[in-house]
Amino acid sequence: MESGNLAWILISAALVLFMTPGLAFFYGGMDRGRNVLNMLMMNFYCVLIVPILWVLVGYSLSQVPFENDFIGNFDAFMLKNITEAGDGSTLATVAFLGMFAAITPALISGAVADRMKFSAWALFVPFWLFLAYVPIFKWVYGGWLGQRGSIDFAGGTAIHVNAGIAALAAVLVLGKRKAGAAPPHSMPLVMIGTGILWFGWFGFNAGSALAANGQAAQAFMNTFLAAAAAGLAWVIVEWLRDGHPTNLGAASGIVAGLVAITPAAGYVAGASPIFIGLIAGVVCCYAVKLKNKAGYDDALDVVGVHFVGGLVGSLLIGFFSDPDFFKGSFEKGLFFGGDAGLLLEQALANGVAIVWSFVVTLILMLVLKNTIGVRVSDETEYNGLDLAEHGETAYHS
Amino acid sequence: MKLITAIVKPFKVDDVKDALRSAGIAGVTASEVRGFGRQGGHTETYRGSEYAIDFVPKVKLEVLASDSDVQRIVDIITGAAQTGKIGDGKIWVTSVDSVVRIRTGETGEAAI
Repeated sequence: MESGNLAWILISAALVLFMTPGLAFFYGGMDRGRNVLNMLMMNFYCVLIVPILWVLVGYSLSQVPFENDFIGNFDAFMLKNITEAGDGSTLATVAFLGMFAAITPALISGAVADRMKFSAWALFVPFWLFLAYVPIFKWVYGGWLGQRGSIDFAGGTAIHVNAGIAALAAVLVLGKRKAGAAPPHSMPLVMIGTGILWFGWFGFNAGSALAANGQAAQAFMNTFLAAAAAGLAWVIVEWLRDGHPTNLGAASGIVAGLVAITPAAGYVAGASPIFIGLIAGVVCCYAVKLKNKAGYDDALDVVGVHFVGGLVGSLLIGFFSDPDFFKGSFEKGLFFGGDAGLLLEQALANGVAIVWSFVVTLILMLVLKNTIGVRVSDETEYNGLDLAEHGETAYHS
Repeated sequence: MKLITAIVKPFKVDDVKDALRSAGIAGVTASEVRGFGRQGGHTETYRGSEYAIDFVPKVKLEVLASDSDVQRIVDIITGAAQTGKIGDGKIWVTSVDSVVRIRTGETGEAAI
């Protein structure tokens, strides 16, 4: 691998790592002030446990050999056959992909906020990594879903749809918060987190070209435009509907746009990212209200933003995919001279990911609920998880 | 001796303080408080969900006064704190049995 490409992957990996603290602040600011440290710890825990599991067997099972249909093997156990192999390109890729593995379970933390026992979360993350993340990642990248023709540039299906639907399964087992919803305790923290996420997402999407090339530059531009368009769309909708252009609306729209462009980042060009962003911004702005009608308590809207945004972006590839622009070997979207084949493959891949992730997450949560328990006591929920679970408080007065 | 307690809008506190000071009133105690009256709080909207904020921030001012000063002080506070809009607050007056100035041990009217 050329040194320029290697440098870009290493920088991108660091950018993706930075997204997990960004997510922690994005969620933490939205959470109650008495639970903000629990939220930060749920996120930081993911970058403690997942890197170790990833180099141990996670990477090996999800990518080695690339051609396996359903699951990999143990050939790269503890980086065996990788560290000694030459120019560092594979090692850099393992690190880069490890960052994705770390942030994916962290996405779920927003749904279970305010009430999940940290010990249950500590077990949930490693089990979920191997039961949901590793297999779906394998099927999408190199496995049977990818071989059929579905595409997912940086993890719309494998990451956002996967984590988003898992969040729904998790809160169905966990139950509603006793005290109900609360307004964000610190909007400035939410905005800082949003800025960090957007910054890191350039590594997430443009880094997924795995080279410093034209596709990376286009993915970079798409990440820029889709987030802006979605943030704008969300703010306009709520301004007209609810009366105010809010910071939380801007932040939510930006993240929804970033999620939606993730699967499409290296496959669309021109004005397409703006349309994808606008659609995602409007759809997700309405999707976050579903929980009130359906009655599940997705505290910080992981389902409405990540599941819906990821699904929207992944399906829109079926319309906007432009292989001629990239001189790529993927299928054309409906708006660029293709037939419905790609759209159907996208639907199938997401359908499989949804069913698998939902079912295994439901089972995992039920097992945890019936063994160690998944909820804190009513008293802890009332007084705040920060003090009871972590022995710390964020604010002293 | 009376205790005059006034709940006022926070942005009016400086006006009230200046008016009392220029009228020669010697001291005021202010506390940041939250509460609701007929205004009944307000609502905030986050991601399309409305949250009722039941307790609105106010400032509580307490002034000790001799009986002869009470009406003048009440009028000054009313004049300075009034906007004519909902949420302007209230003033009430209660009787005080005794007052002691800690530094000197003076009591009664002399301690006000």
